[in-house]
Amino acid sequence: MIHPIPSSDALPLSRRGLLSLSAGFGLTYFAAPALAATAAAKRKLAVIICRGAMDGLSVSPPLSDSNYLALRGPIAIRPEQALRLDADFGLHPKLVGLYALAQAGQARIAPAVAIPQRIRSHFEAQDLLESGGEQLYGVTTGWLNRTLVAMTPDRRVRAISIGAQEPLVLRGPAAVDSWSPGGRDAGDLSRVKATLADLYQSDPVLGAALASGLATEAQAHAMTQGQPVQARDERGFATTAGKFLSEANGPSIAVLSLDGFDTHAGQGAVNGQLATRLTALDNVIAGLRQGLGSSWSQTVVIVATEFGRTAQVNGTGGTDHGTASTLILAGGALKPGGIVGDWPTLQSARLFEHRDLAPTLDIRQVFKAVLADHLGVDRRALETTIFPDSASAPPIASLV
Amino acid sequence: MSLPSDNELAGAIAVSRFGLGPRPSELAIAVRDPKAWLKTQIDPRGADQPPGVLPNSRDRFIAYLAARADAQSLKREAAALAEPQSMASPTSATGPMSPMAASSETMAPAVAIGPSPLERLKAERRAAQKPLRDGVAMEILARAQLAATTPAPFRERWALFWFNHFTVSTAKPAAAVLVGPFEREAIRPRVFGRFEDLLYASSTHPAMLMYLDQERSTGPDSVGGQRRKAGLNENLAREIMELHTVGADSGYTQADVTEFARALTGYSIGIPRDGEVHIDEPRYGESWAGRPLYRPQLHEPGVRTVMGRRYPDTGQDQARAILADLAASPHTADHIARKLAIHFVADKPPEALVARLRSAYLDSRGDLAVVAAALIDAPEAWVSTPAKFKRPYEFVISSYRIAGASPVDPDRELIQPLTAMGERPMAAPQPNGWSEQAGDWTAPDAIVKRLNWSAAFSAAHAPAEAPLQVADGALGARLTSPTRLAVMRAESRPEAMTLLLMSPEFQRR
Repeated sequence: MIHPIPSSDALPLSRRGLLSLSAGFGLTYFAAPALAATAAAKRKLAVIICRGAMDGLSVSPPLSDSNYLALRGPIAIRPEQALRLDADFGLHPKLVGLYALAQAGQARIAPAVAIPQRIRSHFEAQDLLESGGEQLYGVTTGWLNRTLVAMTPDRRVRAISIGAQEPLVLRGPAAVDSWSPGGRDAGDLSRVKATLADLYQSDPVLGAALASGLATEAQAHAMTQGQPVQARDERGFATTAGKFLSEANGPSIAVLSLDGFDTHAGQGAVNGQLATRLTALDNVIAGLRQGLGSSWSQTVVIVATEFGRTAQVNGTGGTDHGTASTLILAGGALKPGGIVGDWPTLQSARLFEHRDLAPTLDIRQVFKAVLADHLGVDRRALETTIFPDSASAPPIASLV
Repeated sequence: MSLPSDNELAGAIAVSRFGLGPRPSELAIAVRDPKAWLKTQIDPRGADQPPGVLPNSRDRFIAYLAARADAQSLKREAAALAEPQSMASPTSATGPMSPMAASSETMAPAVAIGPSPLERLKAERRAAQKPLRDGVAMEILARAQLAATTPAPFRERWALFWFNHFTVSTAKPAAAVLVGPFEREAIRPRVFGRFEDLLYASSTHPAMLMYLDQERSTGPDSVGGQRRKAGLNENLAREIMELHTVGADSGYTQADVTEFARALTGYSIGIPRDGEVHIDEPRYGESWAGRPLYRPQLHEPGVRTVMGRRYPDTGQDQARAILADLAASPHTADHIARKLAIHFVADKPPEALVARLRSAYLDSRGDLAVVAAALIDAPEAWVSTPAKFKRPYEFVISSYRIAGASPVDPDRELIQPLTAMGERPMAAPQPNGWSEQAGDWTAPDAIVKRLNWSAAFSAAHAPAEAPLQVADGALGARLTSPTRLAVMRAESRPEAMTLLLMSPEFQRR
């Protein structure tokens, strides 16, 4: 069967009209299931978490900010080196694939985004980024898992974690698939698998995990025609992630993690430590697009990090823990547009605690907008269970 | 089946929850007096050293510097050969060369038959890195062999806990070759001594200085800082406070971190840099390469205030005094007590246990032998339900132990399978080390990876004894009847072994 894939512009228009109409009147709750049944079922979301605090000022250098070059010195991305997005911002020169998407209206940046609490610990900040809480230790499950729970009454929505460990953002009551490259085929284990299914019957964790893992393994085997994906081949595993999403009845949500962004020393500029990681990020986005195939037009990709880095280069050619950073949006379902959110500037009086780029957007404003406008998530669930106490962070309009 | 005696169950708990899983006849010894069996493993001389002769951090670092220089010159040659539009990336001081990863650069398309000069150079470059990769692999193998065969597995578990607490990782190329030496030199000798000494040894070891970017941190107002354009790096200061001592919830501020970072300036390591013959300290020449080195000319002058306490400018001793106060802080006692309880007993440990360990730490002024004994004596540590899910390393090691085997091929037997299960040895992705929470290790894919590994391992290592005897030796009083039945009904020894390794009770401790 061949279903024509609706153009990414056709459906969202009416949906947006409906949502904006109903938003203030509590009508969304009646409208949402009808929407979900049709368009939203094909919508895909990929979230890439860049761990270690990705330096937004290098990802999307603020080319027209008169303080930028002086603050950044040897690690600045100079105007002639950057891939220019508009009069004010560019992209790091290694983000060539992303730049092509931006040129096609399929990528945007939000240059000054932060989690709701000011934290400079990687681990606490990643916890907050992924739990979706208003503050630390408020919530112990992940906001994407709670999204699955909230969507379940209408239709079963699945998510897949790509990588050996399941990230907090996907943890919680809803079962989540997972897949990672590597490992060896151990031959026919059908007897062992059947016995283990019995042994795990009353186990709180192992039974469900093994069943789901074996199903995903079989699917991956079919998708890659038995060709193993190398663990170091980030484009290859991102392609596989994209294929999972594009399968009929495949998951709607995928989460990938990249690490190595903690560039305290020898960060580099056009080349060097950070540039290598950004090349990997560009490959991951390209791989997702390749794997998604025609589903790319129904997809939003979010690239987020726990916090940004100090505005000024430090004493060792790197940057220390900061506050706001760049969030990247990509995907064929994205509404074309410019920079998302305001630019606080790098004037020293405007820096947070005189050292960091100050946030102008709460990261939850982007997450909520994508969940509501792209996946059709119930707005009341967004405000209550998915992002509790987030009334101060309303979803931003016109992203999708 | 008769009910197990208290000692039988306690022995089964001792070998798994406190140890690394039993070797074939270990359980019979442990059940005689489980607590005494554990306590005799506490040794004031520290943990055991892995077998074989392994180079120290200085030799490893000099080899790293030499290989890096080789790689850089090969890279320059390669860049000269490559087509003009492909940019040659200048190598940063920490270097993009990773002893753990094969070259990640894309090969230029081969035009002619046979290797092009460029390909040959790249092959040479990979070859230059091979001894470094092999060195890391030898460290991983030696330490796994120790764990697989030691008759004092609690002592080894205790050492592994502290290594993870003070994580340094091969994930950072410049620190990779020093990870093994760090564990052997800084951690193992001090795990049953005073925490303050362990903290100082860890904080000043070349591996930690490289891993958390301390080695080049420079006081802006120091002699060196004034001469060159260089300044502070606060990475080590922050992670010592957050991860190694008082913890992120102890109320310190950004100002405390910066002040501590200023006090730490000067703690460095001998690195001959390109084109620099140690301007500041010519007498430290080559023989100081890879050694801890205090450079007074980089030390930020002045009195420092950290968490409300003032520290006069005593040079090298200033940071040491701060470290001593951090070690003595009740916040540190609480942080360490909780981490130990989480590691050994439960993801969400009983508060009574945390309080007990905290008191032992404070009353003994951080004597880790006393804390270890308090853990063994704590009734909360002996509850019969196994609350901890084994991490991949613990799972693989316990499998070797019950098989009476020991790994011999580091790549095939350790690095590849453990990477697939999510715990690449000595390569924690972030400075907080490997997670102690079951949720991080029980993703569906990770369980499938364990199953596939178990089957391959069992095909190679299933013992010749009757499967039920193996299961009894592995789990003793912890063996449940469903697992017993499954093992008995297996069609072959490897199948029985696979089921034993994958049983709910062997996966936990």
